[in-house]
Amino acid sequence: MKVIVDQDKCVASGQCVTAAMDVFDQRDEDGIVVLLTENPPESLAADVHQAAAVCPALAIVVED
Amino acid sequence: MSVLIVGASAAGLSTLEALRRQGYQDPITVLGAETYLPYDRPPLSKQYLCGDWDELRTRLRPEEMLAKLDANFVLGDPAAALDVNRRVVSTESGRELSADSIVIATGLRARRLPGQEGLAGVHVLRTLGDADALRRDLTDSPRVVVVGDGVLGAEIAATARKLGCAVTMAGPQAAPLESQFGTIVSGLLADLHTAEGVELRLGTAVSGLTSATGRVTGVQLANGEVLPADVVVVALGATPATEWLNDSGLTLDNGIVCDAQCRAAEGIYAAGDVARWQHDGLDALLRLENRTNATEQAACVAANILGENRSYTPIPYFWTDQFATKIQVHGIPTANAEIVVAEGALDERRFVTHYRRDGRTVAVLGWNMPKQTRLHREHLVHG
Repeated sequence: MKVIVDQDKCVASGQCVTAAMDVFDQRDEDGIVVLLTENPPESLAADVHQAAAVCPALAIVVED
Repeated sequence: MSVLIVGASAAGLSTLEALRRQGYQDPITVLGAETYLPYDRPPLSKQYLCGDWDELRTRLRPEEMLAKLDANFVLGDPAAALDVNRRVVSTESGRELSADSIVIATGLRARRLPGQEGLAGVHVLRTLGDADALRRDLTDSPRVVVVGDGVLGAEIAATARKLGCAVTMAGPQAAPLESQFGTIVSGLLADLHTAEGVELRLGTAVSGLTSATGRVTGVQLANGEVLPADVVVVALGATPATEWLNDSGLTLDNGIVCDAQCRAAEGIYAAGDVARWQHDGLDALLRLENRTNATEQAACVAANILGENRSYTPIPYFWTDQFATKIQVHGIPTANAEIVVAEGALDERRFVTHYRRDGRTVAVLGWNMPKQTRLHREHLVHG
């Protein structure tokens, strides 16, 4: 599983962090998404897909 | 089993995605009034309007991802009527689409000023087509008057300023978003717009438009004053797009009235801006016009179609970006709440405030502190 984030699209809602805090974080200064790991373990797949689904800017793409 | 989703924007597409994600494999049809593939609306007043993004970038999903969802998209054909008992939607072109479950996600229609129809230079902003037309009119730095002091009006004013236009904002409130944010935070918003060169002519209602030879020339205020304009943007809010349901028998009252599970009738659901449902946590009928609600409510509707009996009890959330300022709001702030700065400082234009009423925090608002604001969300309690 590979995760790609688009920081230019990100609106800093932080919904992804709520869904998968081991994979996503936000920059302290402006809240823009930070990807903690590009290739998260399969055990987090459901959380990562949930994060991609709830992102209001559709800034997260997951490649299985 | 089959599902028909009426509306091909954020809530409609999210319902489709949620159904597939939750394992639903039967046929799904998505009916859309517009001809475009599903696109996102928040960028229309910002990145798209100022020209930083092209149309492709506003798409909710790339075409290859849409194809994988294996749905039948019927676009450019507005719904015209619903037969609740037979679960059939007929369209303006004469199609009849039936399904075991129907999801209504037809969104909103922009409010207009009386007399604006057919007048050149007057715009609303709801669709990609609206944004294209406004974008064309904002070249050559015209004098722009934005009629509306809410989120959309404030964002359009900021973008028009960024494009070099002379911008005036008119509306009945004393400061932008005052009825939601209260005097302190809306005062900061007024300061921000003034500092960026927007002229604020707030606190007086707009009574109409002035025109000459079919083109707008200004905005008339209730006190008789006229604000001269080459371009006028009317951002006076929107109304639920439910006219097509007038004879359906569904309860329509500022949206489609639904139960706590977002059901309007047996086998008929509503999601997104158009849905007014019973929020069990707040014990009230609620209708939310924000982007995250479209996705979250769609997921709840999808689950209920698949046999769950989930009540929808979200903590409302919206954001707005104006100039370089990012505002995040969790919960429902009101002007009569007490404001407590919980982090940062108003003077530094970087803070998180709690809105408190009856001894409880009812909303959290962040100004240029998105991450920290999210961490304060846990202070919100329902019930």
